[in-house]
Amino acid sequence: MSPEQSAAEKELAKRTRRSLLAMGGGILAAAVGAGWLASGNYNEGDIPPNFRRVFGANEKLVRSSLYSNNKLAPTFPASAIGKLKVNGEEGLEYELEPEEWRLEVKPYGSSGVTSKLVMADVKSLPRHEEIIEFKCVEGWSTVTKFAGARFSDFTAKFCPGSEKAANVGMRTPDEVYYVSVDMPSALHPQTLLAWEMNDQPLTHGHGAPLRLVTPVKYGIKNIKRIGLIEYTDTRPADYWAERGYDWYSGL
Amino acid sequence: MQGQQRQQTAGLEEKHKLATRWYHWINFPVLTVMIVSGMFIYWAFDPYRIGVGDFTLIHLFPNWFYDLTHIDRKLAIGMALHFLFAWLFAINGLLYVAYTLFSGEWRELVPDAKCFRQALDVVKHDLGLGPLPPQGRYNAAQRITYTAIVLMGGASLLTGLAIYKPVQIAWLTTLLGGYEWARWEHFWLTMGYIGFFVIHIAQVIRAGWPNLRSMISGYDLAKEKENTGAGRHVA
Repeated sequence: MSPEQSAAEKELAKRTRRSLLAMGGGILAAAVGAGWLASGNYNEGDIPPNFRRVFGANEKLVRSSLYSNNKLAPTFPASAIGKLKVNGEEGLEYELEPEEWRLEVKPYGSSGVTSKLVMADVKSLPRHEEIIEFKCVEGWSTVTKFAGARFSDFTAKFCPGSEKAANVGMRTPDEVYYVSVDMPSALHPQTLLAWEMNDQPLTHGHGAPLRLVTPVKYGIKNIKRIGLIEYTDTRPADYWAERGYDWYSGL
Repeated sequence: MQGQQRQQTAGLEEKHKLATRWYHWINFPVLTVMIVSGMFIYWAFDPYRIGVGDFTLIHLFPNWFYDLTHIDRKLAIGMALHFLFAWLFAINGLLYVAYTLFSGEWRELVPDAKCFRQALDVVKHDLGLGPLPPQGRYNAAQRITYTAIVLMGGASLLTGLAIYKPVQIAWLTTLLGGYEWARWEHFWLTMGYIGFFVIHIAQVIRAGWPNLRSMISGYDLAKEKENTGAGRHVA
């Protein structure tokens, strides 16, 4: 072995050592980062709070630069309608007598429920139909036709001024299932309080008598059998956000 | 400074730039997290298969695979990981592409017409059936593969965005054939990475330590003149 060659080999070994050390440092930094990500207190079934912060940062970016109520979800011809499956019966466990159902409304700034509406009140609003692609957070989607009243029309008629609230909270009558939705998404022109699906009255499994339908959110936000609507600046509890999912869940 | 640098590297040949190595070794763990968290998400609705008509060769993925890997029932944490590491994947990938363009290194990477003819000879060589054609930093098969993998990265970002915000970026989702097609495309791009990974690792093992060392340190021992570098640098 010539002296030049052995010098080169030494140099190569030195460089390799240095690079391996840098990689070791990188692995260490990654481990510290992973520890930070997983740190903090959270309930069983939820995700660590730092992931929640990332969801929040993504939400902020989307809402400030991408989201617009002028952007409509694609609509489809009637021939594309599929069979929407019932996926989740939380809040629907008991039989509800249609004439017993009331929709309680808590307007923005009020301390309690100010009105208890009946179905005829909701149906007095202009009727809208849409054939949209209903998307489940699990990854599947089904083209479905819904008919109902725009949430924005509902708010304007039954609690005008409540559009100023940051969020809308909704619950089933038994309070087992609950969601909250940001106001822009609630006021989106395709966000409906629906009483018909595929030209038939809503079935029990799909949320009779009245459910939320919004193509700008995953199905988890499209609450069935609404019993209460409240307008508030706080963020009312959200069933799946408590179980590790993104609160915003916007599409 | 420049002269000193040269002297230090006498007898050594630079194989990979520092920037290339950084982007490569950051991408590896980040893409791994993207693939694993993507599997967590895919599990919740796993309709894809390899088959023709009613005949299914393999359902992706079979139950034994879920049992073995424990990727089931992790949709929520899968999404949390995916929408964080997507940022790292995108930023690292875009920086790499920008670096390659501005440094001019893309010229050594992007295949020319000759590459497509030579690639077959490279495969023959790898199977022990012939000599390796003359090459620059990368051989013809590498240039095609590495360029394809970068383009696939871009396609993963676009199909991913199309699934992530199918209403806010509806034009992109529509362009990709709609929501369900975009998800299918996103999935098969990922299968492509796994296929690439298997071949890539096999080639790294075959090429031996000096090749792997050059991807870590950037250097290999300089070769004798008239040596085309055959066989050394194939991963």
